[in-house]
Amino acid sequence: MADLTIDKTLDITDAVCPMTFVQVKVALEEMDDGQTLSIRMNDGEPVQNIPRSLKVEGHKVLKLTDGGDGAYELVVRKAGG
Amino acid sequence: MAVDYKALKNGGFMRQAQKDNFSLRLKVVGGDLTADQLLTIAEISKKYGHGRVHLTSRQGVEIPFIKLEDIEDVKSELEAGGVNTGVCGPRVRTVTACQGAAVCPSGCIDTHTLATEISERYFGRELPHKFKFGVTGCMNNCLKAEENDLGVKGGYAVRWLKDACVLCGVCVKACRAGALGQTEGEITLDALKCDHCGRCAKSCPFDAWLGESGYMLSFGGSFGNRIAKGEQLLPLIRDKETLFRVADAALGFFDRHAAAGERLRTAIDREGWEIFKEEMEAAYHG
Repeated sequence: MADLTIDKTLDITDAVCPMTFVQVKVALEEMDDGQTLSIRMNDGEPVQNIPRSLKVEGHKVLKLTDGGDGAYELVVRKAGG
Repeated sequence: MAVDYKALKNGGFMRQAQKDNFSLRLKVVGGDLTADQLLTIAEISKKYGHGRVHLTSRQGVEIPFIKLEDIEDVKSELEAGGVNTGVCGPRVRTVTACQGAAVCPSGCIDTHTLATEISERYFGRELPHKFKFGVTGCMNNCLKAEENDLGVKGGYAVRWLKDACVLCGVCVKACRAGALGQTEGEITLDALKCDHCGRCAKSCPFDAWLGESGYMLSFGGSFGNRIAKGEQLLPLIRDKETLFRVADAALGFFDRHAAAGERLRTAIDREGWEIFKEEMEAAYHG
């Protein structure tokens, strides 16, 4: 799990719900199945809800890391891979 | 012959401000109607009413401006179209429900099936006063369980599955009750803080939380002349048999202790919440 290849990164720390998830969805749509996306998001509502929403959409959350600066990094694999 | 307005009201015909006009209340369970039922309702509304319907505050449908002389025809035509009339007065009213787990990703229980079972068991049962059931699928509480005399809220009893867990930490963040913690090698659950919302199990990417459905009951809610929030007095109920045993006991208490025209809340307030709680606990334990 430590040597995950990241295909794309996305920072949504300046967005608020529902644009947070919209940005994530748009980013995933532009990717191929099986590719990994790393998303930087704020603590609170985004980190509480975005992993669950991604799961509901069928994607695979791989890792959540506390950046220690009030932001989190979430790594997700696009569904189908 | 004198018109028996009370009998009409009990059968769902609500007397209007306009003489000899009735707003006909239909039977709806959990806010669910088929498209064919809607077509029947539309037809009756155009033929006998003013071509309009009213959606009530508790997921019901009423057809206003039904004339006194048409009541029998309306009833038989509705019945032929698969629509039944509702009830009013001192009895168990429409059982309401959100869409629940069958449709909603947040749902922890199948609300529609449960609402149907509650309705089949209790709908129309005569009591000292009105009695309302409402079923909501999860902690989001879209159906406002606690405003009902007996509210049912879906939840999960959760268990952490160590072998499936990669310690990603998503559940710890998803938990709003502050019940979860993370150490070097495990996720910790504070059972006293857990409110059974199930967000850990719902959010876990690795299915490392086992979430089993359960029911949280609230008693004595009312949202009319008097506004009071139903109280949760029991732990999460894990099976329907227990749920119905407790519901039977609550209705039994209401029947024995309430004066005519008195809601469950008022009866409990007078008899004492401790006594009521003891009876509910006895039913819970069987």
